[in-house]
Amino acid sequence: MPERRLREAERLRHTEHVMGTVFSFDLRHEPTRATRAALGEAVAWLHHVDRVFSTYRPDSAISRIGDGSMNVTDAPPEVERVLRMCERAESATRGCFSARAGRRLDPSGLVKGWAVEQAYGLLRTAGAPNSLVNGGGDIRLGGEPAPGSPWRVGVTDPCGPGRLLTTVEGRDFAVATSGGAERGPHILDPRTGRPAHRLLAATVTGPDLTWADSWATAAVVQGTDAHTWIATQPGYELLTVDLDGQARRSGGFPLAAATRAAPRAPGAALDG
Amino acid sequence: MRRTALTTTATVTGIVALLALKPHHGAHPAVSAQPVPGTDPVSGATAGPGGAGRTGTFTGDVIDTRYGPVQIAVTMSAGRLTAVEVLQVPSGNRRDREIASYAVPRLTDEAIGAQSADIDAVSGASYTSEGYTRSLQSALDKARA
Repeated sequence: MPERRLREAERLRHTEHVMGTVFSFDLRHEPTRATRAALGEAVAWLHHVDRVFSTYRPDSAISRIGDGSMNVTDAPPEVERVLRMCERAESATRGCFSARAGRRLDPSGLVKGWAVEQAYGLLRTAGAPNSLVNGGGDIRLGGEPAPGSPWRVGVTDPCGPGRLLTTVEGRDFAVATSGGAERGPHILDPRTGRPAHRLLAATVTGPDLTWADSWATAAVVQGTDAHTWIATQPGYELLTVDLDGQARRSGGFPLAAATRAAPRAPGAALDG
Repeated sequence: MRRTALTTTATVTGIVALLALKPHHGAHPAVSAQPVPGTDPVSGATAGPGGAGRTGTFTGDVIDTRYGPVQIAVTMSAGRLTAVEVLQVPSGNRRDREIASYAVPRLTDEAIGAQSADIDAVSGASYTSEGYTRSLQSALDKARA
């Protein structure tokens, strides 16, 4: 088995509190001036996204467009791009995703994934393709963590904070999780305007975090029907936990080999 | 679905394993908390150094999260954590309360095996996990004071 651990000198890590959560960066490259600069740029980018898209800031472009005091054309150009992507998501999910699900304009279900995807793009362009960007649990994993090894990501169990349901693995992919009664009814069904509570959690994997994040949000609204729907989105796979705590996954969902074969690892005895 | 005696041990093990890696300061969410294989989580469940093994229920601080307040209480018996109770979770919705209070006894059981695997990151809702962990930590701090 290839050595998964890199020396600390061969990676660059950073944690940033922004957008109401914690973002972390893990670049599996020996730091260079270019990658350090790109990391700084990526962090600045996230703060910019927060200023522009936060629904918690009354002065953000999104809040002002929502309350009618600003036109989209007067906002930074990325606002129109994001709103267009939201429309695409709304159409693809037959209305289960919408930036106008509640009373306010709120593209948050897509913005975080998109912001992480852009931040990762900055790192890749600067020569650090083998990097992880984690936006509060929505993660873009570029390349591989060490030569010959896949990235491995634990998926939290919505029925037990701090506990993992399973582990996924892959190279150059994205993982997003939405939902959870744990967080309160924060996802609205755009079709009714009421909180969607059809799943405890939905995890989507795929090539692009913008869509993985949006599809995970839509899946919580769709409920277990989302399994039929995700099959229409090539490259994207789905894991759901329904209200009774039952977990289901799509056929191609990239469970890590170890969790597929043996749910309990050796040495994990509970009685110490 | 609910497990009995073994679950209690597993619950305690899991919580302490979770907290063992979690410094008391700061607002790091549970997304970064992964038990380390080879630690001895059970010993961490006893009272702190010099603690005579306290008994009673200790209520954690109310932690305000973006989604609402979270508050946890712990019950200790002779310094050992025997129960965790969710006093407040975001949303007064009854269904949520049921889910949350059902969820906690399930905290950590057979998935400890999966957790101890070598993973690079954790995907999942993080916000009130953070509130949960911080309130739980403050309850344990009080129990050990």
